[in-house]
Amino acid sequence: MIPTAAPETVHRRRVAGERLPWPFLVLAFAAIAFFALPFLGLLGRAPWGDLWSILTSDSALTALRLSLWCSLCASLAALLFGVPLAWMLARVPFPGSGFVRALCTLSMVLPPVVAGVALFYGLGRRGLVGQYLDRWFGFTLPFTTTGVIVAQTFVAMPFLVITVEAAFRQQDTRFEDAARTLGASRWYVFRRVTLPAIRPGLVAGAVLAWARALGEFGATITFAGNFPGRTQTMPLAIYLANEIDPEEAIALSLVLVAVSFGVLVALRDRYLGGGRPPHA
Amino acid sequence: MFAAASLTESFTEVGEAFGAANPGATATFSFDASSALVEQITQGAPADVFASADSANMDKLTEAGLHGGEPVIFATNLLTIVVAPGNPLGITGVADLADADLTTVICADEVPCGRYATEIFAHAGVTVTADSLEQNVRGVVNKVTAGEADAGVVYVTDVTAAGDGADMVEIPEDINVLAEYPIATVEGSGSAEVGETFIEFLTGTEGQAIMAEYGFGAP
Repeated sequence: MIPTAAPETVHRRRVAGERLPWPFLVLAFAAIAFFALPFLGLLGRAPWGDLWSILTSDSALTALRLSLWCSLCASLAALLFGVPLAWMLARVPFPGSGFVRALCTLSMVLPPVVAGVALFYGLGRRGLVGQYLDRWFGFTLPFTTTGVIVAQTFVAMPFLVITVEAAFRQQDTRFEDAARTLGASRWYVFRRVTLPAIRPGLVAGAVLAWARALGEFGATITFAGNFPGRTQTMPLAIYLANEIDPEEAIALSLVLVAVSFGVLVALRDRYLGGGRPPHA
Repeated sequence: MFAAASLTESFTEVGEAFGAANPGATATFSFDASSALVEQITQGAPADVFASADSANMDKLTEAGLHGGEPVIFATNLLTIVVAPGNPLGITGVADLADADLTTVICADEVPCGRYATEIFAHAGVTVTADSLEQNVRGVVNKVTAGEADAGVVYVTDVTAAGDGADMVEIPEDINVLAEYPIATVEGSGSAEVGETFIEFLTGTEGQAIMAEYGFGAP
């Protein structure tokens, strides 16, 4: 339950302690077990003895490096384009904004393979725009690292957009108005007033987008293909390894699980809605 | 029934004919790379019958002690080069695939069609650097029919199945690989009898006629 009352009330309720009815407790614990069990299974099957040699093999390091690079680039691209988009959706009323919002978050709910196929017909060598990239610049996205980043950005950016849009909406615009009346420029107000105020939402959105990009599989293999060092990210390497050497697949999976879990734990208290509100 | 990706169209039709010939029995399929399927079965996926694109993956099932009956070969297939309709780039054979300007895709080494492609390149004495190593043979075909790749190495039957979407450039027999497709029931299957009946149907006259229609060779 999220306390919505004034801070004093929150404090009193915390002291009294929250008592859940026992059926709720049972269901809550069932939910925790449901999330924990698959990972316990993974840990149980892990080849602990060979773990180090598997993870430091060239193929594993190549895939890991590519995954980190691509997901980082995708997050930066999501920030660069997503923040202005979120700002527009939150602050500028325009006809059809609901339609635009649906369009810009569609790739978040679509099966990633569909996203990959759609990217083909938009940005592929025969795609709506892609054919001109090829014809005019001799540049094609599929089978390139840039293609991986494009695919990851396509499915990950909506996570940033909806989080940051919510932050923009919750923000009290009177501070910005006050700064403006005191003679601050638009850019100054954005940097010194708006940005600090939406920072938690910004960080949460960027991290969610990054985590989604890191785990991206379907759109990547469909649009960018699979080639070690160029387009084979960790999830693709895991999928193929699982067909001949499940132990290697488990070892690689552990890295992704550990990295993602670590980041979520580190950020959760401050930014992802757990714990106290950041300014309490 | 778990069947190799290259059997998608042929098995769907065999399944329909089987259902018509055996009222009350329906064949439902899961198609993917043989290597992916055998991994799923050893992890306990509920399969009654497994049809593989190579003997190596059938052997994996045997090693895991999971096949019910002895595997039988029910079809053969050759490999070929898949190109865009009309072969606009005028590709003549495997040697052309070594051209770095050509966007070539093949299967990953982990799946049968990838291993076969590598064998063929070795027979022909060419070094091909693929632009993508796909997770199953349909991934290769799709990338060529979508126009993203110029050429790929797939089974003859995949090009037949693609219809007008693709053409093929034959690979000469002396460097080609003959892929043999084994099928077996899976140990612990809930409906082993229906599985046996399906295998009999598939290796019988009607089943073999359908397989031939899709370009498969007789065992």
